[in-house]
Amino acid sequence: MLEIKNLHARIAEDGTEIIRGLNLTVKAGEVAAIMGPNGSGKSTLSYILSGREDYEVTEGDILYNGESILELDASERAAKGIFLAFQYPVEIPGVATMQFLKVAMNEQRKYRGEDELTTPEFMRRVKEAAAELKIAPEMLRRPLNVGFSGGEKKRAEILQMSLLQPKLCVLDETDSGLDIDALKIVADGVNALRSPDRAVVVITHYQRLLDYIVPDTVHVLYKGQVIKSGDKTLAHELEANGYADIIEAAA
Amino acid sequence: MNMQQAIKMTAAETALVDAYTAQIGDLPGDGSVLSVRDTLVHELRTAGLPTRRVESWHYTDLRTLLRAVPAADPTAFADRVDALVPGSTVFSVRNGQAEIKGNLPEGVTVRSYVDSLLDGSATAGLAVLGFDDAIGRINGGLVRGGLEIAVGDDATVENPLEIQLVQSVGQAHTRFPVTFGANAKATVIERHLSTKDGESFVSSVSDITLADGADVIWIILQQQGAADTHLGQIRFDLGKNAKLHLFVINAGGKLVRQEIHGKTSGEGADFKLRGINLLGGESHTDVTFTLGHNVPHTTSTEIIRNVVFDRAKGVFQGKILVAKDAQKTDAKMACNTLLLSDDADLSAKPELEIFADDVQCGHGATVADIDHTQLFYLMARGVPENKARAMLVNAFVAEIVEELEDDEALVEALEEVISTWLDRHA
Repeated sequence: MLEIKNLHARIAEDGTEIIRGLNLTVKAGEVAAIMGPNGSGKSTLSYILSGREDYEVTEGDILYNGESILELDASERAAKGIFLAFQYPVEIPGVATMQFLKVAMNEQRKYRGEDELTTPEFMRRVKEAAAELKIAPEMLRRPLNVGFSGGEKKRAEILQMSLLQPKLCVLDETDSGLDIDALKIVADGVNALRSPDRAVVVITHYQRLLDYIVPDTVHVLYKGQVIKSGDKTLAHELEANGYADIIEAAA
Repeated sequence: MNMQQAIKMTAAETALVDAYTAQIGDLPGDGSVLSVRDTLVHELRTAGLPTRRVESWHYTDLRTLLRAVPAADPTAFADRVDALVPGSTVFSVRNGQAEIKGNLPEGVTVRSYVDSLLDGSATAGLAVLGFDDAIGRINGGLVRGGLEIAVGDDATVENPLEIQLVQSVGQAHTRFPVTFGANAKATVIERHLSTKDGESFVSSVSDITLADGADVIWIILQQQGAADTHLGQIRFDLGKNAKLHLFVINAGGKLVRQEIHGKTSGEGADFKLRGINLLGGESHTDVTFTLGHNVPHTTSTEIIRNVVFDRAKGVFQGKILVAKDAQKTDAKMACNTLLLSDDADLSAKPELEIFADDVQCGHGATVADIDHTQLFYLMARGVPENKARAMLVNAFVAEIVEELEDDEALVEALEEVISTWLDRHA
């Protein structure tokens, strides 16, 4: 589903190279965890996958279902099924959460040549998904992410994900700022989306989230490259011994 | 400026003076009114329209910007339109001619302003606010229509009163003295629009007085045509504990100046100004505001949001004066602008003039482009760039409209005006 080949990318503004020859393959149905120390390029990778314009790909390619997505902007990638759950969801005063959800769902449908949702159908879907994630209706009446607690913001991200039904989900540090109850709710939401035709990339700093979203593969990112891949036991190894050994072995 | 030396008149100045001359004998007014008109037009003839050298017109050089004035067209016809908010009481003013018909809500009385010109009771109100009051001068010289509306003591008017000014082509000069009695409560929508593509020149002055405890929402919605000149002015005077929430939306016109001049005359008075300027094309739009906090314990907040596209130019001048005795004044003014093209232009000039020593006053101005992180967030959810930008621009001004949440139908109508405008320009 996702194939990243010898990717090099830098910050557009100052030319700093962040991703330096990254290779990664994620198959449909797979949950892949990306781990790595601070500054290894984890968040940058999530932004590049979703099409943020502050980064420039200088070499290599990203294939999604066999096609390069480098020429697509963020909205086209989203409509094709790529979803980024933000580490820091953005507050947008003046945009009502419900209105935003409706526009996002319908714009994606339009792009794919599907009919827009009727209002009752839209309401039904939101109500159902919100209940699953224990999101109070009052929260959806507020402006998008404005005044949401850290946990509410993350739950709102997962709500969007479950409504948009993406094919490739990228979760960027979704566990940061969550207490254990919220973490379980969010993990349940993600697990509910696991399916043979969907892939999930979980970017995380700690092993903790992976107790709840159990990965099929684990990849260690360091200085913009994947330096080691393995199964879920690799995550436990990292938790016990830290990154130093692996970094040394790769050097 | 030199009053003695006649200057060479511009085409627009000539057209305005000619419009007056052509109507002598026909313009309504008793002896005193006609004498005031004469003086005003004489001043216009000798001093001309204000230039950038007049401080309050520095960013809107009317003499240069107003290239021509269309002749009055007595045969022009304008259609009535539906009320902005269903259920409103509509006062129809077409091409400057007001008509009075239909039922009025309890506590509301109305009479033609022409009657006040004819019996001379309008004379005092025709005085200009100062030498730089070009709008008062043009309007006072040429006004020939309008309404005097009175909302009685303790009257609560449930549905909005809409003063619907529809202009097709030519000229219109109107005036609306409106009084709100003690503890009266009402919403007034002063709505200027155009039904034809032709060029029109409009001046309109509203002169409103709020008695003690009156609570008024006044909305000026200006949606004239892309070739039109609109010179608007609202004057207000607030009694004890009176509350005025003034909402100004500019979403049309080629050359627009909306002046707001008010004072607080009673303790506990509260004034709110909320302005939305949606500017596009080659238009020039100026909102100029002065407020005198003249007595102690009065409050005001002013928030102006400008959205500027294309080669449009916007101006906001806001001046708050706090008199020597006006202790405990609390006034805050903000002007925020989104500049959406390289050629868009906005001048903001907030001023405070404070003579009292125990007050809280502040002002701020910001100018920015769309927030890129917000734009990326919306796009990452599948919203195409154009639409995402429109949503963010809309959000920037929607915050202001939401303050009127008590009247859902009104909020909905204004949101519709804004989104329609943005859809056309974004």
